[in-house]
Amino acid sequence: MSLWLGILLASAAVYSWKILGFMVPSSVLKHPTISRIANLLTVALLSALLGVQGLTGGGEIHFDARIPALGIAAILLYLRAPFVVMVAASAIAAALIRFFFGG
Amino acid sequence: MAKQSSVTSISIGVGLATGLYGISFGALSVAAGLDIWQTQVLSLLMFSGGSQFAFVGVIAAAGGAGVGTAGVGAAIISAWLLGIRNGFYAVRLAPILNRVGLGKLIPAMLTIDESTAVSTSQAEHKNQVRGFWLTGAAVFVFWNLMTLAGAILGDALGDPSKWGLDAAAAAAFLGLLWPRLRERQAVAVAAAALIIATAATPFLSAGVPVLLAGVAAVVVGLLNLFANPSADEAGAKR
Repeated sequence: MSLWLGILLASAAVYSWKILGFMVPSSVLKHPTISRIANLLTVALLSALLGVQGLTGGGEIHFDARIPALGIAAILLYLRAPFVVMVAASAIAAALIRFFFGG
Repeated sequence: MAKQSSVTSISIGVGLATGLYGISFGALSVAAGLDIWQTQVLSLLMFSGGSQFAFVGVIAAAGGAGVGTAGVGAAIISAWLLGIRNGFYAVRLAPILNRVGLGKLIPAMLTIDESTAVSTSQAEHKNQVRGFWLTGAAVFVFWNLMTLAGAILGDALGDPSKWGLDAAAAAAFLGLLWPRLRERQAVAVAAAALIIATAATPFLSAGVPVLLAGVAAVVVGLLNLFANPSADEAGAKR
């Protein structure tokens, strides 16, 4: 499947939830178990992506400059820094660590 | 009148702040192997930050520009599952906006975290409707403009890891996750998902470890494990 087709299908798939929510009776999605699973699914997928993006590379577990960069990101999040500042700071941290220490 | 202008300024403020992190999406998407057009179309058509970051994250893990069908499939499913919360937002917005038939198509497009948050935080119905449309429109405009700026910037930077863009992508997921870690149950699921996806990466094709971690959420949610005593009530009220 080409990347372009994937982009269109994924966009339609994401839209499907939005339009579904406007069409179904609200009682269906207000069930506590369903809303709990939806919330936790969001948490699980984001955390899994954090693990894959931060701790793996080339299909292997791989620890490098991303870990201290994530530590800085966590400190900035704790200090309530804006999202874009936190992301930029972590990029700069990783770039500097690589420049001075390699890896 | 004062109330109205405050909704307007909140909406534009939220639109600008959210739009700004469109820069990170644009740059990271190009670093993941998508071209500028593909990146822009994601912001125009998918228009849901979490799903967009997930899509390009899985594409990057699965080989970038030369990604195979399995990788694209996993990226689609990841984006789709991350979009589920928008369905719940739509359920809350439907009675506020009160649209019928084809009139639901555009508000559905603008149903995202920010437009829902601004709308539902207003007391008066008139401001709820106004907050939804203004915030949705402001975020749409700024998010797309900043995506383009970020994509051009990312394209100019070249080698993503030299500039720490791989770390920035991980930080973006941490930033999206952070405000959702208030309850013990969410923290337990996040820890389990991180370990499962990371540990499974050497053994499964790219993207699948992320979906496997989603199973942990379904199991914990179904059995309501690790819940605080009051978590159920809070969940039902939301």
